[in-house]
Amino acid sequence: MSTSHEVNSEAGPQGARVSGAQSLISSLESAGVDVVFGIPGGAILPAYDPMMDSTKIRHILVRHEQGAGHAAEGYASATGRVGVCMATSGPGATNLVTPIADAYMDSVPMVAITGQVPSAAIGTDAFQEADIRGITMPITKHSFLITDPDQISQAIAQAFHLASTGRPGPVLVDISKDALQADTTFVWPDSIDLPGYNPRTRPHSKQIREAAKLILSSRQPVLYVGGGVIRGNASASLRILAELTGIPVVTTLMARGAFPDSHTQHLGMPGMHGTVAAVGALQKADLLITLGARFDDRVTGKLSSFAPNAAVIHADIDPAEIGKNREADIPIVGDVGEVIPELIAAIKAEIELGNIGDYAGWWKELNRLRETYPLGYDLPTDGSLSPQYVIERLGKISGPESIYAAGVGQHQMWAAQFIGYEFPGTWLNSGGAGTMGYSVPAAMGAKVGCPDKTVWAIDGDGCFQMTNQELATCTINDIPIKVALINNSSLGMVRQWQTLFYNERYSNTDLESHRFPDFVKLAEAYGAYGLQCDNAESVDATIEKALSLNDAPVVIDFVVHRDAMVWPMVAAGTGNDEILYARSIAPDWGSDD
Amino acid sequence: MTRHTLSVLVQDQPGVLARVASLFSRRGFNIESLAVGPTEVPDISRMTIVVNVDRLPLEQVTKQLNKLINVLKIVELEADSSVQREILLVKVRADLDSRSHILETVQLFRAKVVDVAHDTVTIEATGAHDKLEALLKVLEPFGIRELVQSGMVAMGRGSRSISDRSSRSTEKTI
Repeated sequence: MSTSHEVNSEAGPQGARVSGAQSLISSLESAGVDVVFGIPGGAILPAYDPMMDSTKIRHILVRHEQGAGHAAEGYASATGRVGVCMATSGPGATNLVTPIADAYMDSVPMVAITGQVPSAAIGTDAFQEADIRGITMPITKHSFLITDPDQISQAIAQAFHLASTGRPGPVLVDISKDALQADTTFVWPDSIDLPGYNPRTRPHSKQIREAAKLILSSRQPVLYVGGGVIRGNASASLRILAELTGIPVVTTLMARGAFPDSHTQHLGMPGMHGTVAAVGALQKADLLITLGARFDDRVTGKLSSFAPNAAVIHADIDPAEIGKNREADIPIVGDVGEVIPELIAAIKAEIELGNIGDYAGWWKELNRLRETYPLGYDLPTDGSLSPQYVIERLGKISGPESIYAAGVGQHQMWAAQFIGYEFPGTWLNSGGAGTMGYSVPAAMGAKVGCPDKTVWAIDGDGCFQMTNQELATCTINDIPIKVALINNSSLGMVRQWQTLFYNERYSNTDLESHRFPDFVKLAEAYGAYGLQCDNAESVDATIEKALSLNDAPVVIDFVVHRDAMVWPMVAAGTGNDEILYARSIAPDWGSDD
Repeated sequence: MTRHTLSVLVQDQPGVLARVASLFSRRGFNIESLAVGPTEVPDISRMTIVVNVDRLPLEQVTKQLNKLINVLKIVELEADSSVQREILLVKVRADLDSRSHILETVQLFRAKVVDVAHDTVTIEATGAHDKLEALLKVLEPFGIRELVQSGMVAMGRGSRSISDRSSRSTEKTI
């Protein structure tokens, strides 16, 4: 996947006298945009008129601006290209705030375009006025407020450059209505003038050499792989590095798919709901080779007790991530797509000098953990359907070529645990922000970007009810996504915490969605197929049925056991050593501890 | 916690002050003072920011500041190799008895009287933070009616200009 945008030189009437709105549309075409997710309204209305005539841009009319934002994220995460969403001023723009924050946390390349009230009205509390640039300042990589039509094309060119290069992220372009209406000359800039923006992609060779030496002299190293490896298109070289060295790999929630789950060197996901082997590997490591990861609290647990004996090599394109949470012994600022190949070359050079890593003892210990504490789950004793089983079967039947977009909560963790990912860009989720409602619109965006792939939204009944109106968008625009609704009738993850930490006092987590709404009827009302499954015997057949229906979206209401819990678990605020394999069962770390 | 003085060159664009201020508040950094004004280069402004942080958070401050697209350069100015100045205007109660004492103090601190009324004098003083604090301490017993103080501005000593100096963090990235 490439995050660089392709410039379409044929687009746009270069040098022509046009409206600001036409300049915007020509700019989007020149930036290579093929899809915009959005909703028109007063202030952005001028832009929608020339949009109608564009033969290059497909505008998908969503049902809520949040859906537009998450769809742009899903499109971007699945394709590696910049996702684009559009909304009007005021509430249209504020409805984009959640997906913008989401894209910021997960470094998703996205450009959000909003209409603003006419420049003379800015600051007067005009109808549908909101200072969206001010509101989104802390959650965008950069933002523009454009009131001069001559600046539109430059701002759009800069926005796409900023969103897609360096550490990717969301960029907001807010354009006043009068700038869209006024006349201008459309000129697509041939260069980007951003003197304060020079992302360093090429790592320092001295740091690389030192890293290579440290890697080969370590005895218990781990490749701690984060979402940067996917954004940086570095999966293939990661595999070469892993196989060259024989070092174990863990992939964070954002990095699922960056390294094949089927690979013997893969220990799984670390963190709050990670595997015992992955969490244990980090805790016992003498070296963390950190690639595009950011020592998030959901990975480290209590920071002071995280990987206490490990030296740290930290490679990231964002220098501010290095040393933010954990001091790095060897900091490497650079694009992992360039860092990893250079590391490979440096390690090969060391190996030729006879400097060979020996990790046999380490693997023995890790294999014991892996074999003793595999991921698993107990089946409900009352005969009800196990949510983990549903997700496991879904992954097996639909396979690793499919794209899976999860909501947030228990089903998200199970989808991260029990589906085998083999390829980058096949696992989409809201990792940093934890945005319920991400799944359906993100799946929609992914399906638009990858129409030939099967795209599943794995959603909870809580999440689904936040954004399911986009099923109408999917039906009407021929975007046949499939929704696996893991319906446990509750806000499951919150309920799990209430079970474990609040004496089973279930305050406001019972959604009663086994009663209302009727998800099958709801799906059908939206023109989608509605299926239901409440027993293990019919799970496979229901999934296969859904896979055979491709002329409309499909929703499967999997009515599942509500007391299932996500294990293993590191309770919030505790250290990773206190991971529980299952309720009240701590792993045996071995005699040396 | 120690005081650090950062000189920050920024593109003079709308919202840049808000971006810097919002960054400090969002990341939980404390600004002790902030002064901003034009430079010898058109369209480039210079901010002098005094922060009160430990070494490690200071690194985060500069790295996060560097990520702002409108920030061009950050240089930390050490107290002993730079000139650091604040300006102070203070209105002091002054009757016939105290007036001459006050004027003596003004002279001693190389300050200036910029306005006189029948019962007050208004004094302008520039200097480093410590000097102004000392002046205020001496003036306090006379009765301070009103006080206003600028943020600090600072410049490196010697012939080199800020554009010759290397940035506070290794390079301007992201």
